[in-house]
Amino acid sequence: MILVAAMGILLLLIGYGLGLAFGSGIAGLVIALVVWAIMNLIAYFQGDSILLSMSKAIKIGPDDHPRLYNVVEEMKIASGLPKMPDVYIIDDPALNAFATGRDPSKASVAITSGLLEKLNRDELEGVIGHEMSHIKNRDVLLMSLCSVILGTIVILAWYGSRALIFSGGGSRRSSKGGGQGQLIIFAVAIILMILAPIIAQLIYFAISRKREYLADASSALYTRYPEGLASALEKIGTSTYQLKTANDATAPMYIANPYRKQGRAAADLSSTHPPLSERIRILRAMAGGASYADYDNAYQQVHKGGATIMPAAALAGAGAVGLRAAAPEAALKEPEPTRVERTRQVGDLLWQKSGYKIIDCECGTRLKVPSNIGKATVKCPHCGRTHNV
Amino acid sequence: MPVWAFVIIGIVVVLLLWFVFIFNGLVRLRNQVKNAWAQIDVQLKRRHDLIPNLVQTVQGYMQYERATLEAVTKARNVAQQAVGQGVGAQAKAEGELSGALTRLLAVVERYPDLKANQNFLALQEQLTSTENKISFSRQFYNDSVLNYNNKTQMFPSNIVAGMTGFKQGEFFKVEEAAEREVPKVSFEQPKP
Repeated sequence: MILVAAMGILLLLIGYGLGLAFGSGIAGLVIALVVWAIMNLIAYFQGDSILLSMSKAIKIGPDDHPRLYNVVEEMKIASGLPKMPDVYIIDDPALNAFATGRDPSKASVAITSGLLEKLNRDELEGVIGHEMSHIKNRDVLLMSLCSVILGTIVILAWYGSRALIFSGGGSRRSSKGGGQGQLIIFAVAIILMILAPIIAQLIYFAISRKREYLADASSALYTRYPEGLASALEKIGTSTYQLKTANDATAPMYIANPYRKQGRAAADLSSTHPPLSERIRILRAMAGGASYADYDNAYQQVHKGGATIMPAAALAGAGAVGLRAAAPEAALKEPEPTRVERTRQVGDLLWQKSGYKIIDCECGTRLKVPSNIGKATVKCPHCGRTHNV
Repeated sequence: MPVWAFVIIGIVVVLLLWFVFIFNGLVRLRNQVKNAWAQIDVQLKRRHDLIPNLVQTVQGYMQYERATLEAVTKARNVAQQAVGQGVGAQAKAEGELSGALTRLLAVVERYPDLKANQNFLALQEQLTSTENKISFSRQFYNDSVLNYNNKTQMFPSNIVAGMTGFKQGEFFKVEEAAEREVPKVSFEQPKP
């Protein structure tokens, strides 16, 4: 919250400074607030559908992929969301997932087919728990608010600096002070103009990283099983695929930094996510319990005495929370489908959703026939039997 | 009017607002507790509804396990009737049902044909998921009760709670005789 306040103050400062340089501080402040308000409205009403269609996401129902839908529903119950979010699969071999939705009752969760194939149930629960906690903790709203503040600062700084440079210093009619005062204000305004966007960006990234830690901690709290998320992050870390459809606007909402392979170092100040290895180490250090306080202790343990990372509201008044029993009762657990079976499940679902018809041949082959094939029968490529389309 | 009068009025207004704020917070938490309790019932009912389907699917393959199947059906009927008869009776009946299900699924291990059946696998996913949902809704209920109790006991909201009669919430604990020594809370009975 302090960071968000800092960004807000920067915005107000730059508005005031600009205003001062042009004659009235208050007018500048008001203009800054108006620009901010307009940008907020635009951002708010753009909707999530743009984000989702940018990522080629396919919506699924409870029967399409029961395991994924059930896991999302379980996490919805554990986190206490009022309404079940929409569930999407993104047809991409990269390993990533994201959540979107400014309001907990109008939210969506998306996961790539690559990740869905690779994870077992515990790991899937950890990842989905992390995404749902972004919704529950209103991170999407927070980050879009911050990006609007950032955008406003950048706009004001850009236009302000242009206006200042081109108006010279001559045409200001100010009744206060002499030329000296004007010059100092001018200089301060220019410095603000240059520094504010940079500082605001750094703050923005710091906020994003902090919320990621909170999401990891929330996932551990909901599932009572931090090892699930830890091993999922491990699998994500060892993948070499580059997510095709990520861009700067959507990057903070993914579970792993989609740009990490492009050379943007994860430990960079400009990274939206903390480094994966660090997140895994913190989760695995949570031996005492699954509460936010335990995550905080683990974080301090890994950082050898750093500051607390959890917001004060999360730490206040929480009790002790035990970890899940290490060996879940084996009899009631479904036999875990193998990697091949999982891949086949997701693949078949995606074929079906793209309008292909699925025909099972007696030899065991599954034929996927496009809807525009134009023929009345098809032959199985393995055994040669004909089937009616 | 003199300044000090305005100050007093201001303080009174602030106190009133604070009171209302905390009262609303307590109401919200108490309603969350009630809602979470209702959610547990929803998941339990879902399990009841799944069982006839399970027994149907399994019957064809497991002709020699009639006793186990009947035990499951019987336990399910008992559990359905226990709905609305109080937490104790309900918890006990659900515990018995979980035990019967566990025994049934342990027996299924001996029937590889059944394990490869798509319908059965889909059902097992639903069962696993329902068990998880029951335990998550129980977990969420307990978390809600914890938050609510904290708010009613911690200063300064305990003042408001005391004045307006907010009572403590009860944690959902299932204690089976044989499990009292095990610290974790669970429905399952130990395997015979």
